[in-house]
Amino acid sequence: MVEYVPGIPILKPYIDADNKPYWDAVNDHKFVVQQCNKCKNYYQPPRPMCPECLTLDTMDFVPASGKGEVHSYIIYTTDKMAYPGMKIPYAVMVVELDEGVRITANNADDIDTEEIHIGMPVEITFVDIDDSLTLYQFKKREA
Amino acid sequence: MTSIKDMTAIAGIGLTEYSKGTERTEWSLASEAIKLAADDAGIKVKDIDGLVKDIDDGWDCSYVQKTLGIDNLLYSSESHWGTSSMLNVVTAVASGTANNVVYYRSRKGATTTRRSPSDYRVAKETLDDSISILRIDFYEPYGLATPQGCAAMLQQRYMHEYGITPEQMAGVIIGISEYGAKNPLALYTDKPVTMDEYLNSEMTVAPLRDIDCAPGVDAGIAILVTRTEMAKDLQQTPAVIMSAAQGAAIEGEFLTGYNQEKMTDFPETMNMAEELYRVAGITAKDINVAQLDDRFAPLVPMQAEALGLCGKGEGAAFCGAKSLPINTAGGSIGEGFMDSNRIVEAVRQVRGTSTSQIDNAEIILYAAGAGGPADGLIIRK
Repeated sequence: MVEYVPGIPILKPYIDADNKPYWDAVNDHKFVVQQCNKCKNYYQPPRPMCPECLTLDTMDFVPASGKGEVHSYIIYTTDKMAYPGMKIPYAVMVVELDEGVRITANNADDIDTEEIHIGMPVEITFVDIDDSLTLYQFKKREA
Repeated sequence: MTSIKDMTAIAGIGLTEYSKGTERTEWSLASEAIKLAADDAGIKVKDIDGLVKDIDDGWDCSYVQKTLGIDNLLYSSESHWGTSSMLNVVTAVASGTANNVVYYRSRKGATTTRRSPSDYRVAKETLDDSISILRIDFYEPYGLATPQGCAAMLQQRYMHEYGITPEQMAGVIIGISEYGAKNPLALYTDKPVTMDEYLNSEMTVAPLRDIDCAPGVDAGIAILVTRTEMAKDLQQTPAVIMSAAQGAAIEGEFLTGYNQEKMTDFPETMNMAEELYRVAGITAKDINVAQLDDRFAPLVPMQAEALGLCGKGEGAAFCGAKSLPINTAGGSIGEGFMDSNRIVEAVRQVRGTSTSQIDNAEIILYAAGAGGPADGLIIRK
């Protein structure tokens, strides 16, 4: 789980035309991944053109499983390098989704920092930080 | 097609004092370093006709012109993210665009938290949107807000994939610090790190330790490059540039290329190395001394592998075994993070002036930008 320090804002995603549908979906507690409807490749981070097809108008955002395995993770253990708005220790995980793309996020409340390990099965859940910000996190999943 | 091989040489190096805190500006440090490089080479400052700065640093070439009295610049540019700019310098000189081109860095790494594109902000009270251009907005809301964390993510995966132990990781730092301890300029390594010291050291972003991270230093460094035939007539032994190259790769980012097929492979460095060796007409086996990117020590073994100096997964053991001298002045770990201080040490090895002079130092490799856009240099006497 992560705990926030009151009074210090969480850095919000910078929203623009290329990633807006992604974060709009998160806001609605839905998880989407960008997929080119021509070559069917998935992409993360979202981008304005498919590097395979070189097309601008084929980049869809499609519902994704949100399920995957921890690919790597770190634990901020001192405040020296950590983001001051988050209480230490906190973990950040890179999760490889079934779709093949890797997504970075924190662990949800049901995962203790100490139990995170590479290969751990996890799935997306959502947390409303405040009125203007919703983020995804990863919670435990039965393998 | 013409080749840049052997066409250019490093004729001068300039270093200001290294300090853990100075009142001076980066502008002042840059100006002094460039003057010192011209003095070292034995050319007039006004004969510098090209300047290349690091994108991470503050003072544009036009300011340095104001202090150095350079009337015109035939060439100026700056580096790509996380890489130094020696290829820019080399191509500018080799093409005949300019004659005496200086690559300079000036950083107050010990005392500033100046915002720059790769210097992730820690004091963020005034801004709550992430910087858009690097797309770090996919990481920063989750508190992955420092390069230390981004590098630790690569390290964790690396240790897992190849079963690397903390003891093996310690070998990287121990080797570099042994060299640093012999170098009076290495402010941060008075004595070599021991295994016990490493294993008992604080983890800042597990599995990365504080001791793994290059500290900041306040300094200016300048590297002056001219045509090899010109350099031969100047006062220093020329460090002939056999090759210079840059490398990039699909899905590459600045230490966050987590969507690369194998994020511990450093494909940017692999691509760079392939071109670097091709131009030089050598293989990795011909390298006698290496000056590798050690802003975070765990990047060194991954980088050694990507450079073909050893096999995949063998990097930590390779560094620990000291089969190749790596970072013979203590690297950024010892001297503080500058990158270009490792170019200076490569030149010292050519001139025979290193505090850890390697007997057979004939071909010296420099590499930077590990875990992102990479660059490299091969020099010889």
